[in-house]
Amino acid sequence: MTYLTKPALHHPTLQKNKVGYTRRDYEGKISTLCAGCGHDSISAAIIQACWELDIQPHRVAKLSGIGCSSKTPDYFLGASHGFNSVHGRMPSVLTGANLANRELIYLGVSGDGDSASIGIGQFAHIMRRGVNLTYILENNGVYGLTKGQFSATADAGSKSKRGVVNRDAPVDTVSLALQLGASYVARSFSGDKKQLVPLVKGAIAHQGAAFIDIVSPCVAFNNHEGSTKSYDYVREHNDSVNRLDFWPTREAINVEYPEGAVIDVAQHDGSILRLRKTHPEYDPLDRVKALNYIAEHQAKGELVTGLLYIDPDADDLHAHLNTVDTPFNRLGEKELCPGSTALEKLNAALR
Amino acid sequence: MKPTDIGAPDYFHKVVDCQWACPAHTPVPEYIRLIAAGRYDDAYMVNWNSNVFPGILGRTCDRPCEPACRRSRVEEAPPEQGKDSPAGAAREPVAICRLKRVAADNKDDIRARLPAAPKKKNGKRIACIGAGPASLTVARDLAPHGYHVVVYDGDAKAGGMIRSQIPRFRLPEEVIDEEVGYILGLGIEFRAGKRVDSMKALLAEGYDAIFVGSGAPRGRDLDIPGRKEAAKHIHIGIDWLSSVSFGHIDKIAKRVIVLGGGNTAMDCCRTSKRLGGEDVKVIVRSGFEEMKASPWEKEDAMHEGIPILNYLVPKEFTHRKGKLTGVTFEKVAAKFDADGSGRRRLVPTGEPDRHFECDEVLVAVGQENAFPWIEKDCGIAFDQSGMPTVDKVTLQASLPRVFFGGDAAFGPKNIIWAVAHGHEAAVSIDKLCQGEDVSKRPPPMVHLMSQKMGIHEWSYDNEIALDRRYKVPWRDASQTLKNIKIEVEMGFDRATAWKEAERCLNCDVQTVFSNTLCIECDACVDICPMDCITFTVNGEEANLRTRLNAPARNLAQDLYVSATLKTGRIMAKDEDVCLHCGLCAERCPTGAWDMQKFLLEMTPAGPGCRVRAAKKEPELV
Repeated sequence: MTYLTKPALHHPTLQKNKVGYTRRDYEGKISTLCAGCGHDSISAAIIQACWELDIQPHRVAKLSGIGCSSKTPDYFLGASHGFNSVHGRMPSVLTGANLANRELIYLGVSGDGDSASIGIGQFAHIMRRGVNLTYILENNGVYGLTKGQFSATADAGSKSKRGVVNRDAPVDTVSLALQLGASYVARSFSGDKKQLVPLVKGAIAHQGAAFIDIVSPCVAFNNHEGSTKSYDYVREHNDSVNRLDFWPTREAINVEYPEGAVIDVAQHDGSILRLRKTHPEYDPLDRVKALNYIAEHQAKGELVTGLLYIDPDADDLHAHLNTVDTPFNRLGEKELCPGSTALEKLNAALR
Repeated sequence: MKPTDIGAPDYFHKVVDCQWACPAHTPVPEYIRLIAAGRYDDAYMVNWNSNVFPGILGRTCDRPCEPACRRSRVEEAPPEQGKDSPAGAAREPVAICRLKRVAADNKDDIRARLPAAPKKKNGKRIACIGAGPASLTVARDLAPHGYHVVVYDGDAKAGGMIRSQIPRFRLPEEVIDEEVGYILGLGIEFRAGKRVDSMKALLAEGYDAIFVGSGAPRGRDLDIPGRKEAAKHIHIGIDWLSSVSFGHIDKIAKRVIVLGGGNTAMDCCRTSKRLGGEDVKVIVRSGFEEMKASPWEKEDAMHEGIPILNYLVPKEFTHRKGKLTGVTFEKVAAKFDADGSGRRRLVPTGEPDRHFECDEVLVAVGQENAFPWIEKDCGIAFDQSGMPTVDKVTLQASLPRVFFGGDAAFGPKNIIWAVAHGHEAAVSIDKLCQGEDVSKRPPPMVHLMSQKMGIHEWSYDNEIALDRRYKVPWRDASQTLKNIKIEVEMGFDRATAWKEAERCLNCDVQTVFSNTLCIECDACVDICPMDCITFTVNGEEANLRTRLNAPARNLAQDLYVSATLKTGRIMAKDEDVCLHCGLCAERCPTGAWDMQKFLLEMTPAGPGCRVRAAKKEPELV
């Protein structure tokens, strides 16, 4: 924990992006989380991703629930819209916001307690509805704010700091998201920004429900021997199926790869997700196979990471509801109240 | 790269850019913190121990520390031209030199803290020739240990060029009297008005060691047509300045040209302006940027309405009936040699010569050494250029009991170099007199101490002030130009001094890394405002420098590299632009980063020094 504000001075070579901001401009307030918290690395990854994507900070809305993870939106994108909602209720607030203004970029930031316990119902429905968002789950397997009790994502058999062994089965949020229809599903690790930053970029560019489960060690309560969410354990058991390179357009691609080593996925916004295979047989375009693969490897004690599933033809809540292109919040009285003639016409159609 | 050996005294010393750049290695951040804490006496004594003349240097030092200061590398670059640029937006170093003056101005009586003149002498007699900064440093370092030091000087008062050449409006006489007095009060025998005119005779007096600190007393002349004819109105800069200092000269004609671009030229023109010169100008051969004068001295001269004209080579003094009428110059331009060596040459442009009218000329085109009083056959070897053969480290001449220092050793430099030479010569003389090998030098003393007080509490102020450099207030020109004795700079007041002191980054509080404690959580990488820290696979330095989170392009600044970590990577930190804010250490969950104050003290002459020189090991306290 630090009380000092991060000095405004920066490296002389710090670059500005296309919209005129440096990476530092995407920072927020100084973090009050414990020193070494994985969540701070995730914040740094989001900052990096937004800077690289040339996002205008005021076009982003970041919403969260309650918990250590849900505090983090205060620590990045200080110039963006933010909403710190009720415990586990970020998805419904976000869905409402998205309905009102479909043009913003939505970041839902949540934790394992917020998403897998109190808010698991909300989590299920936002995935099912395909709300266009990037859902970031900062997963440390414990309740940090209440001093380290197991959360619903703690693996069976893992040990708490006090030595208690967890006997309950874990909720696997990645499998859940896959079953519920999320169209971009990834898992990563807070300690591996090389993997994480492109995954965040791909998720933000994705026009549909994008979910990233990020294992984020709790240094205070879950970074010991016997934990399955510690820095050491994750590094030892990390089984990455691919590495993602995010390209804003096909023209921007400037790296050659041997044939057969990559899978290119074009998204609706024109961006290209280029996946470098690290497991040749893994097919991120097949939801069922992905589920099986994850289940098989989970059983072996491996933590499957990478872009696990992508639906290039994804659509979203607004497509399901067939709403107009103009965001609702910009519709005026004229559009919303077409007048008595139009009402009569409508009534006549229903007679 | 191999893991950095932070036990080597030079490693962290180099990180303290100011201290590394200071010839006397003054612990700058240490005294700046003391000033910020209002502990002026302590700040003064830290300076006095290192550089002997804090009040004098705080006004006149050449400040090698300031161009080195990290602050000027980390401040926001000034806005691009064409945009509104707020005043003082340039990236500037901490005003280290003028803070030193603050310590001197605000201290109480510190005489009780000075070493006492020893009651018992050790029987060794040392002669110092010239009472300038080099000799006085030797005297100060040796006298407290019982040496009988005799200082000779041709002038009536001690101080050397400090007293004779630096004008009073930059350095008041009472400051010189005070600080020179501290040294003479250590039981030193000062033989005033006694110019040594024979080395042979002095050697015959049986001194155990002789230190030559006689400076570079001869001003270079300009042998061009008209020099002899108009000699009455052409003066050698340093001689003229000392005549002014001693009150022999108190006026000058209305139109004055100063030839030369060094600090002496700046003193000459500003002095002229105070003695009746109305149309005073400085004319230099080189370009304005290449002038030898310190930038702030040029600025001070121009502030007083003195123009500096460049690329003009003096060709002839014009005169009529023995009276100087002006100087003719050839217009030149700087051309780079075609061989790509980067050498510059001044080439005539072919434009017609320019003539400037004037009544008097001051020639300040350089100084030379002169040793007419050292007999050729007295055993002291000189090289072809007339300079003594002197060991660069021990300052020993070819005659073992003779030492040279200051300008007398290697030609004109400045006060702080003279002080540094004085310290080294004192170490040599002490060792020689105790029958030891002068080439076995003592390593400096190194302290490394954690500054951690609590989870986010340090015993230094780690908040980074964003203030731009504060200007030292000037007394109004209407007063200062009327009286040569009125000091122009007024020094910082205490409140401004505190603000300026807060600009110091505390570069001596080092980031110390422990690879065995690190869990590679990236917290330090994420928090570092300057992107100094990277965890990556090891490689050759040139390659590693390009792979860091921010490129490490300043090759003069080291990379701090750890041993291999658990993931097989290393930690690499670019020292270049680190703010020493300690956020890496505050963010570190395991204490793998710690902020430790590095205090380096040069080992002065004396018994402790001899013991340490024998051990040859740097001592970590």
